[in-house]
Amino acid sequence: MSTVIATRGLAKQYGRVHAVDGIDLDVRAGDVYGFLGANGSGKTTTVRMLLGLVLPTRGEIDLLGERMPRAGRRVLPRVGALIESPAAYGHLSGRENLALLDAAGPGGGRRDRRRRITEVLDQVGLGGVGRRPVKAYSLGMRQRLGLAGALLRRPELLVLDEPTNGLDPQGISEIRELLLDLHRGGTTVFLSSHLLAEVEQLCSRVGVLDRGRLVLQDDLAALTAPTGATVVRTPEPGQVRAVLDGRVAAVDGERVVVRGGDPAEVNALLVRAGVPVTGLAADRPTLEEVVLAAAATSADRVERER
Amino acid sequence: MIAVELRKLFRRPRTWAIIAVLNALPVLVAVLLVLTDLAPRPGEGPPFLSAVLTNGALYPLAALAIVLPLFLPIAVAVVAGDSVAGEAQAGTLRYLLARPAGRTRLLVAKLVAVLAFVLVTVVVVAAVGYLVGTTLFEARPGAGTSVSGTSLTAEELAVRTVLAVGYVGVSMLGVAAFALFFSTLTDSPLGATMGALAVLVTSSLLFTLDAASPIAPYLPTRYWLAFVDLFRDPILWRDITRGLALQAVYVGVLLAAAWANFTTKDVTS
Repeated sequence: MSTVIATRGLAKQYGRVHAVDGIDLDVRAGDVYGFLGANGSGKTTTVRMLLGLVLPTRGEIDLLGERMPRAGRRVLPRVGALIESPAAYGHLSGRENLALLDAAGPGGGRRDRRRRITEVLDQVGLGGVGRRPVKAYSLGMRQRLGLAGALLRRPELLVLDEPTNGLDPQGISEIRELLLDLHRGGTTVFLSSHLLAEVEQLCSRVGVLDRGRLVLQDDLAALTAPTGATVVRTPEPGQVRAVLDGRVAAVDGERVVVRGGDPAEVNALLVRAGVPVTGLAADRPTLEEVVLAAAATSADRVERER
Repeated sequence: MIAVELRKLFRRPRTWAIIAVLNALPVLVAVLLVLTDLAPRPGEGPPFLSAVLTNGALYPLAALAIVLPLFLPIAVAVVAGDSVAGEAQAGTLRYLLARPAGRTRLLVAKLVAVLAFVLVTVVVVAAVGYLVGTTLFEARPGAGTSVSGTSLTAEELAVRTVLAVGYVGVSMLGVAAFALFFSTLTDSPLGATMGALAVLVTSSLLFTLDAASPIAPYLPTRYWLAFVDLFRDPILWRDITRGLALQAVYVGVLLAAAWANFTTKDVTS
């Protein structure tokens, strides 16, 4: 599998602040990569460095096999991006905005521009918006327009920074379907977000950034793999402890964690002893637990230095 | 890219509002002159204004002289100061650069668009001035009178008017270079515009100050009104060539600085 984004020791320093501190990203073709991190952990700086907007202090970036920012002119036309919030010229229509953006760089053919714009507007659900100026758009419509701009040249890689910002629940699920659809079509998606649920539903690989460091990078399936324990729900936790003496790892109200990764075996033992069981599952950490264990405190906390 | 910038500039209502406001002042002055018939005495007030009552064909020059000290530089500073910082403030700069538009190409396109704005503005002011002058005043397009008192043929007058428009354009390019440079420094278009205007106000102020006379030849506004010299007979080239050379140095240095800054800058807007 070829690598789409690879960084080595990528770092950005603003004065004495290490915004990004030596990260090695590894995003492969066909991934939906969830780039997680609290606000201020360096996600946006990283995304901007990938796109050549911010110049790294140290380290290297390979984007679609070419060195950034040097090869930006060749590589970036193959990348679609949504960087923080969408932006457009308010006095022009969405269509006109897309046309200007398309004409502003290489790789957007003039002949099929009109057709491509119609296509992406339909795709993001703005097909009927007409000649209304963007300043009359709602936040969600602007977000959709921004996404349309990212999709305009059928990119191989989509870099999206908080793409569901400002969308209502229906809009979020619509965009999720759109992204999964594009992914099935072969687009690699790099999704930067602080919404764990969004990442858990969409992504196949996850990287977690904490105060500028990449503290975790793995397949989602591996991160949330069964821990080898079974979670039992029962109104009688005391009886469980009596039956499975020594195997009970933790009791939390009606929730009992039992060592042993086979729920059926645990169930058989409990039922034979007449313990009422209301719920039973192999123990898996949630993404939230994994992330909280890996990343220390919220990055917007500014503690007094001792 | 240049076509994109031109489209953006001239599709923007603000651009035409500025040009309209810019033309309002000379038109107002013309109307007042016609109603009162009180022209400033020769040598006083804006150049050429005393002459227009006898020859309306000179009004384009009077109109340029009226807007040149303040209105025109403000307009240019607004447009040029907005060029990069305005995109940064609106957030569109990051999308243009990630498109990728190319930083040098974007800067060049912005410069060309500002240049086009300067030319269009100056030409519109001159054209409106001509229309107003020939309808409101007695026009004698056949012959003009030079500032020196000799008469000029219509052809001479036309050529010199074109030269004057070009000279004013170059002077405004100096303003544009200041504003564009400041525009790459800040994300606030207002800041960039005010910066350029501060430079001009400082320059005009120092120009009137005797103590500043050693640096007077290097002030950006020093030779702005030298276009009047084009209408002497013979043309007095001394200040005009100095003015062109001075603007060339300012434009060259400021654009180089703008380029150096913009191409190495972290775009965090």
